[in-house]
Amino acid sequence: MKSTLLVGALLTAITATGAFAQAIKLADVAELSGGGATVGTNWKNGIDLAIEEINAKGGVLGRKLEVTHADSQSNPGVARAQVQKALDAEPYVLLGPGYSGSVKVTAPLAAEAGIAQIMGGEAAELTQAGNKFLFRTSFGQQSSMPKVAKYIHDDMKAKTVAVVWVNNDFGRGGRDVVVKELDRLGSKVVADLSTEAGQADFAADVGKIKAANPDAVFVYLNEEESARILKELKRQGVTAPLMGETTLIGQKVIELAGDAANGARGHVGLTTDAPVDLIKAFREKFSKKYNYVPDHNGLKGYLAVYMVKATTEKMGKVDSKKFAETLHGLTIKAADEPGILMDVTFSDTGDIDRQSFLVEVVEGKQVVKQVLPKVK
Amino acid sequence: MSNLFDLLVAGLATGAIYALVAVGFTLLWQTSQTINFAQGEFVMLPAFLMLAAMHAGAPFWLAIILGILLSMILLGLAFKMLLVDPMMRHGVLPLAIATMALAIGIKEAVKQFFSAEASPFPSIVPTGDISILGHAVSLQSIGVLVVAILAVLGLTTLLNRTSLGHQMQAAAQNPTVARIIGVPVERMILLTFLINAFLVALASLLITPIYLAKFSSGEVLGQAAFIAAIVGGFNQVRGAIAGGLLIGVLDNLAAAYISTQYRAAVPMIFLIAVILFRPQGLLGRAEERTV
Repeated sequence: MKSTLLVGALLTAITATGAFAQAIKLADVAELSGGGATVGTNWKNGIDLAIEEINAKGGVLGRKLEVTHADSQSNPGVARAQVQKALDAEPYVLLGPGYSGSVKVTAPLAAEAGIAQIMGGEAAELTQAGNKFLFRTSFGQQSSMPKVAKYIHDDMKAKTVAVVWVNNDFGRGGRDVVVKELDRLGSKVVADLSTEAGQADFAADVGKIKAANPDAVFVYLNEEESARILKELKRQGVTAPLMGETTLIGQKVIELAGDAANGARGHVGLTTDAPVDLIKAFREKFSKKYNYVPDHNGLKGYLAVYMVKATTEKMGKVDSKKFAETLHGLTIKAADEPGILMDVTFSDTGDIDRQSFLVEVVEGKQVVKQVLPKVK
Repeated sequence: MSNLFDLLVAGLATGAIYALVAVGFTLLWQTSQTINFAQGEFVMLPAFLMLAAMHAGAPFWLAIILGILLSMILLGLAFKMLLVDPMMRHGVLPLAIATMALAIGIKEAVKQFFSAEASPFPSIVPTGDISILGHAVSLQSIGVLVVAILAVLGLTTLLNRTSLGHQMQAAAQNPTVARIIGVPVERMILLTFLINAFLVALASLLITPIYLAKFSSGEVLGQAAFIAAIVGGFNQVRGAIAGGLLIGVLDNLAAAYISTQYRAAVPMIFLIAVILFRPQGLLGRAEERTV
């Protein structure tokens, strides 16, 4: 009896070990609670959806994908501890976090371990520190701001621009690039206004914009502050066209600002409203599985997993050490890998080049007005 | 020049709201020596009570009434009976610290039961402009100013022209003598708590459409109103009103003409100057207690 049990246990162990070795292990660290819970939950659900799809079709190079999710609690300190724990388990690729601040403190850990990290942060500086293992899923400011400046100059025909930005790493990073680009194109910045994160009263700032009388206003604040300034701009009767990024025309801003958001325009790297068939199909699958419409973070998580698949298939083997090297300079076409949704090219720094969208808020809804092509 | 006019109007509108909150500060201090460090959170909470009523299906007007009534029960009656009365026996300082704890408690509770994210809040004043002296002035700013001024006028009339107001004054100035001549001091003190709760609920109704309903929005308001009360004179209702208006205008002018980064520092510097050179406040009188 004893020996039968022993053989049984041994067999189970062997089978289990066999299956374990077969699966490709991914580790995800995301903002599953705290202030960034919406970001992290969308990202996680996107990852799970992609893995389910890939595994249903036989996995990557015949091996299934497996992921573990850890919660950073939207806190860089916790994110660092969770990433360290995840790296100790030697994953194939690290996914996340979504917040730039958390990426900043975890990227050196992944680089030291020689593990590629595919993340959701958008601050310009992240990919400028010479890290060879860090990859974006969306535009960094150095990719999106030139497109914004070009649109303000060419399409809005603005000769004078007021720039309002939030005084933190995110705001300053975006402001520096856009001001430089506007200057290069010949649009003059007539008001350069820094505001504070969490600022409630924008009467004085809008007063300054009014006094400067610009042809266009570029607004680069977080969502809540964007909503407050939109209301104040309307209250003080500023009629100059408004241009921003995802943070100016996001669904949350529209909900908070109400009517005041109408007419605001923004450059958006990823949106589930994009007039792209593959994105429409993704939105439908995601909504069916989770019963809500994902935001761009859902897209980012989904894309991260398909980046792993495409890169691994390009290498023809599962090689954690070669992964980052292969992804640098790689172009993935949606025709070859539909899961990547749009053609994308990765630079040597881990930045991406992809088509993007110009969105306008019309009667409380985001409407894609223009598709902006890849830069190269 | 037109910019200065706009800034003054916007500053006065914000200042009028600070004034409402600052008046509450002074009322509580005068009658019960309560320094309420949760006053900012008291302004934040009524908006959420009104939102909760609206989520339950109440129309906006009913939600406003329910919100004000609930605020008077929670932030007036319950605050006095459950926190101020038991803590008062231990002195002013433990009570002040207890109100700080209450501020944290209210913030966390709203975050837990509502959301950490901001919510939109409807305005009682329609959007749009009217022309004053050739300047376009937003109806919202005018509406806020008018409602706040009416509230303050109503309060001063109550305090100075009615028997009830005189009893409140007596209870504040000398509770012992007031008791001897038959003034129901305890009831008068409770009344000031209820008035404070009404004022913060009104301030909440006026400011939340602009600042949005968020658990942390009381921090800025509480601080501004506290500075306003000290600058104007902590022992004078009219001082608190003047202080509120002054801080509102000063904040806007500092942001426009000095620096946006240092806007929060300017009222603080002003506060230090007042404490150094006129500690009783601009309109306050030394060693006097009156409402």
